[in-house]
Amino acid sequence: MAKVLMKGNEALGEAAIRAGCRYFFGYPITPQSELPHYLAWRLPEVGGVFLQAESEIAAINMVYGAAGSGARAMTSSSSPGVSLKMEGISYIAGAELPCVIVNMQRGGPGLGGIQPGQSDYFQAVKGGGHGDYKLLVLAPASVQEMVDTMAKAFELADKYRNPVMILGDGILGQMMEPVELPEMKDVETLPVKPWATTGAKERTPNIINSLFLDPEELEAHNLKLQAKYEQMIQEETMAESYQTDDAEIVVVGYGSSARVAKAAVDQARAEGIKAGLFRPITLFPFPKKEIEQACRQAKNVLTVEMSLGQLVEDVRYNLEFRVPVHFYGRVGGMVPTTRAVLTEIKRLTQGGEKA
Amino acid sequence: MLEEIILAGFGGQGVMSMGQLLAYAGMMEDKHVSWIPSYGPEMRGGTANCSVTISDAPVSSPLISEPHTLIVLNRPSLEKFEQDVQPDGLLLLNSSLVDLEPKRQDLSVLKIPASELADEKLKNSRVANMIILGAFVELTKAVSMDSVIAALKKVLPEYRHNLIPLNRQALEIGADLARAGR
Repeated sequence: MAKVLMKGNEALGEAAIRAGCRYFFGYPITPQSELPHYLAWRLPEVGGVFLQAESEIAAINMVYGAAGSGARAMTSSSSPGVSLKMEGISYIAGAELPCVIVNMQRGGPGLGGIQPGQSDYFQAVKGGGHGDYKLLVLAPASVQEMVDTMAKAFELADKYRNPVMILGDGILGQMMEPVELPEMKDVETLPVKPWATTGAKERTPNIINSLFLDPEELEAHNLKLQAKYEQMIQEETMAESYQTDDAEIVVVGYGSSARVAKAAVDQARAEGIKAGLFRPITLFPFPKKEIEQACRQAKNVLTVEMSLGQLVEDVRYNLEFRVPVHFYGRVGGMVPTTRAVLTEIKRLTQGGEKA
Repeated sequence: MLEEIILAGFGGQGVMSMGQLLAYAGMMEDKHVSWIPSYGPEMRGGTANCSVTISDAPVSSPLISEPHTLIVLNRPSLEKFEQDVQPDGLLLLNSSLVDLEPKRQDLSVLKIPASELADEKLKNSRVANMIILGAFVELTKAVSMDSVIAALKKVLPEYRHNLIPLNRQALEIGADLARAGR
């Protein structure tokens, strides 16, 4: 199929439809509003439902309902809006329902700003809502990868009966890039969900719930969830390692930051510095084996983020503090520049001033 | 080949579509391209800008801090972006609306009275942006004129396809000016 030039937000919307999503519930917020705008006209064309809810909280609970009935359902928002959805996300994880949540991050905390950010890493990866639950968190870095990630997100959500988050940022949502769209999935051929509440005529009723008043039962439920997260750690990690084979310094970043880091790595290589890039694509599960492999001969590691130090903690933890892990970040909608990352690479490999 | 362009002007002057045309044309030539708008609290009549990258290699960051080329359709855009252009870079400006001399001495500057030309020659001031785009394409060869014209069909909605000949004329006026001014 021929490539088209699409905005990240719109491409995600189209990719969701092609992945079999027919239900979208959301509430507008910059910089992700083009996604609901797109689905508002596009979903009805394919017999789907677009609903602008009265709030983010309502939207996520509508996703809860639609997912419970077995449909591929999705919501999207940006940082403050995602915070509002946290209660519902915890419920969905507790009730073991598959759905996709998109977060096109902007600067925080609070209302913050509307320019790109990456400071919701902890919220996405460590929980955000209450209880011992995990989201599968996917962090694409281009419009094409966002499109490819969407189908994967729905498959993983179904496989684990778990909410999956696509963690993007304002740049990825707003930018246009050439993209090749996948074929349209036939909704009729999607895997059957025998647990879904589809009407209990002539069968035992299915119950979808996250309430377990018996502590023993709730503990058992939690252990079952943990086993699922363990399986994700074993089976689902994804990462990109670029020029890391002989790298003395490995730059680590995800999403838009990784693109800037990659350009800095290329420039460093051009100047004779053995630099490489490690880009986690799954943020939970964190690609531990992959980062260990990428950094095995590194003397220094540098994480680059649009936050003041979140991913860096996971990088240190997963490398088991065996390599010095440094940090460079910009926040508030400011984006790291290639030049600044290159300056940091040079400082760490050759000494010199901080960027 | 790497061409990084910032296009800026008033909302409604067509800077976003100029950028999209360039990105589309680059894509049609199998180049790596990206386009990203400014998305602050913009409004019609306020300032708007977008960044376009056309490259042989994958695009790192779509955000451009130091463009090779700056295209400005109004005065505030010149004031805002002039100092960011790379040394010896290119500056195209709409001299009908920019009543200010560029400060930089190192830039190649092409001043085009695009709004007046669009009015006089084409009786439609709204294609001023296309005159400047035509000049840019002629000067840099970042993409071919044929690709830009083909991209018009993609960027303009179908009910506006009747305007393609007009846009094409505007592009050619700009290209002629660039050839003459070189």
